[in-house]
Amino acid sequence: MDYFLQNVVNALQWGSFYALIALGYSMVYSIMMLFNFAHGDIFMTGSYIGFGVATLLLTLWAAVGLSMPGWVTLALTILISMLLTAMLGVLVERIGYRPLRDAPRASAAITGLMIGIILETGNLAILGARRLSFPSLIESVTYHFGGIYVTNKKILIVGVSLALMYALHLFIQRTRWGMAMRAMSFDFQVVPLMGVSLNVIAPLTFAVGSGLAAAAGILYGLAYPVLDPYMGVLLGWKAFVAAILGGRGSILGAALAGFLLGFIEIFVPMIFPSTLRDLIAYSIILLILTFKPHGFFGQAHSTQLRL
Amino acid sequence: MEAIDLQTQPRPPIKARLSALFSKIPMLGWLAGILCTVLVEYLLGDWLSYILYLPKIPVLFGCLIMLKQPILIPSVLAYVALVYAVPIIGVGRLTAGFTNRLAARLDQWPIWISALIHLSLLYLALHYWTDISDYRLLVLKLTMIAVMLTLSINVINGYMGEFSCSHPGFMALGAYAASTITLVFFANDRLFGDALLPPALGPFFFPLALIIGGLVAAVGALVVAIPSFRTRGDYLAIISLAFMFIVKSLVENIEWLGGPRGMGSQPNWSTLPVVFVWMVLCIWVINNFVRSILGKALNAVRDNETAADAMTVNTRKTKITAFMLGAFWAGVAGGLFAHVMRFINPGTFSIQRLAEILAMVYFGGLNSVVGSIVGAVSINLISEMLRPLEIYKWIVIPLILILVMIFRPPGLIAFREFDIKKILAPKKNR
Repeated sequence: MDYFLQNVVNALQWGSFYALIALGYSMVYSIMMLFNFAHGDIFMTGSYIGFGVATLLLTLWAAVGLSMPGWVTLALTILISMLLTAMLGVLVERIGYRPLRDAPRASAAITGLMIGIILETGNLAILGARRLSFPSLIESVTYHFGGIYVTNKKILIVGVSLALMYALHLFIQRTRWGMAMRAMSFDFQVVPLMGVSLNVIAPLTFAVGSGLAAAAGILYGLAYPVLDPYMGVLLGWKAFVAAILGGRGSILGAALAGFLLGFIEIFVPMIFPSTLRDLIAYSIILLILTFKPHGFFGQAHSTQLRL
Repeated sequence: MEAIDLQTQPRPPIKARLSALFSKIPMLGWLAGILCTVLVEYLLGDWLSYILYLPKIPVLFGCLIMLKQPILIPSVLAYVALVYAVPIIGVGRLTAGFTNRLAARLDQWPIWISALIHLSLLYLALHYWTDISDYRLLVLKLTMIAVMLTLSINVINGYMGEFSCSHPGFMALGAYAASTITLVFFANDRLFGDALLPPALGPFFFPLALIIGGLVAAVGALVVAIPSFRTRGDYLAIISLAFMFIVKSLVENIEWLGGPRGMGSQPNWSTLPVVFVWMVLCIWVINNFVRSILGKALNAVRDNETAADAMTVNTRKTKITAFMLGAFWAGVAGGLFAHVMRFINPGTFSIQRLAEILAMVYFGGLNSVVGSIVGAVSINLISEMLRPLEIYKWIVIPLILILVMIFRPPGLIAFREFDIKKILAPKKNR
């Protein structure tokens, strides 16, 4: 039982990365019906930006002679990196997606894929092939609940991700921007005629998604403090699967599917050999999509492809 | 006014004059020029490169040398002009009258005789071109395999309009099936022990192994094709992506296939003629398929499935055929690939391979056989030519692709029909 609960905790942590990244995919997808294949690499870049900001802040504190508590540095790091990565997201939208708005959807997917490769390679070219280790900003404390070990980092990661998801939910449901986004995802061809510019909403979507990816990247760096340029590839594709699995335009669906994927990936090795993890995870996804072809919360919509 | 205009009759623009120069050369003339070029390089290449201070014959049109040693750029350009440009254009233009008459004669015969003659000339040229260096041979073989892959994914992504991500999976199925057959029956290796049949028989049974590999991939394609009845577009993209991961993971977990360590020491049976013949077969079959009624039905399903259904198109049959045909040729290409590289492991068929295949098909152009050939050849050649840029290569190639996508969203040569008769026909003197 303890073993099981311990894995639940691990799965919550692992799933929150998928959920945060999947939200970015899901938002772009629901508003413009496009795949943003660069998103996994935006996550990676966000992690690197977080590394840079954290190192900068730490040197700054040391230079000034301040002794800041770790959580202040962490909060500042997350906020600044989210802002910077949001700008990167806007840039990606401007270069890779806006010129292709009337093009076949697959072409935009290809530009996204290529921007991802450029981000990876640019990173490799600038920083070299060595791996960076993310500074541990807060002291690790382990709590015991019965037989379960929970570090404060795990609590922080799950807590911050849930808080961000709730903030996103409030943003989408309560603000005028969110209302515009919801309207746009309902019909992105008619709503621009009503005075909501797609040229404002699309960059906003990319910015919010990229900000969430940056937060995921920093939290990932806290949990697994080794950064390498290709860390976003596999995680990104898997989060993409989770986003689609959740259903189009459903924030809740994307988050739930992210956690589901995390749970599957943690619990399969409990029962089966760990090499079977991908096989079983994807077989489950295949089965779900065969019997529920529009994901968890997606409505059936006409998929008239623009080609 | 008019008198002045008549006096200073402007020369036609340079583009029109160039196209007037080239429009009279039939395919046969171009082939004659290419053959001539290859012979010149074969006979005089060493001597010319010695005269021009080149270390050795430039392998891929001198791009490698130019990027490594910029000081040699003039001599490389001179070499390329002397060996490639002058013979191709000169011989093509000079023999245009003769080759046009020959082509007109060939035009009266059945098309397959004419096609065979052209193809054998092309093969001859490629044979002597690759005789210069093994690197060229390898690049050419991989390019031909890439042409097959691109064509086969174009059936699904271009003609049927799905976004299928499962091609590396099909390729893996074909590669593993074909390698297993050749290794079990015709080769001594560490996985399966001694050969069951005399290895000398191998090359004759190699096509059979490739076909079985293709069939295995085609059966595997049913996993993606059957869900495609109920779902389209994005959800199918995820299903195909999941299929790719499942195949990779499955192969990794089967110990007698070598597991994650992979499978090696395939016999070297993917020689240039073998790959060439299979590529030609692939182009022929797929071109005929997409121009058939079934191929037109594919386009109908892509443009509007409900309307196609109402017009008595059997959508299920169409989808299954497209998926199985695409997967079959991907499997054959995988089998050839395994026997070119002589080593495969599950990592060979992962996300990177998918990005490469997608890049080739969307660069070349959807819904077009010529586009696929152009896309595969150019992406392969560009990525080989830019090798000296090392890591920056992977910034330049994506940038090229982004530019192509922005300025020609459906790809370079999209929605074009490939008519062999028109290509081989003699050019009229206008």
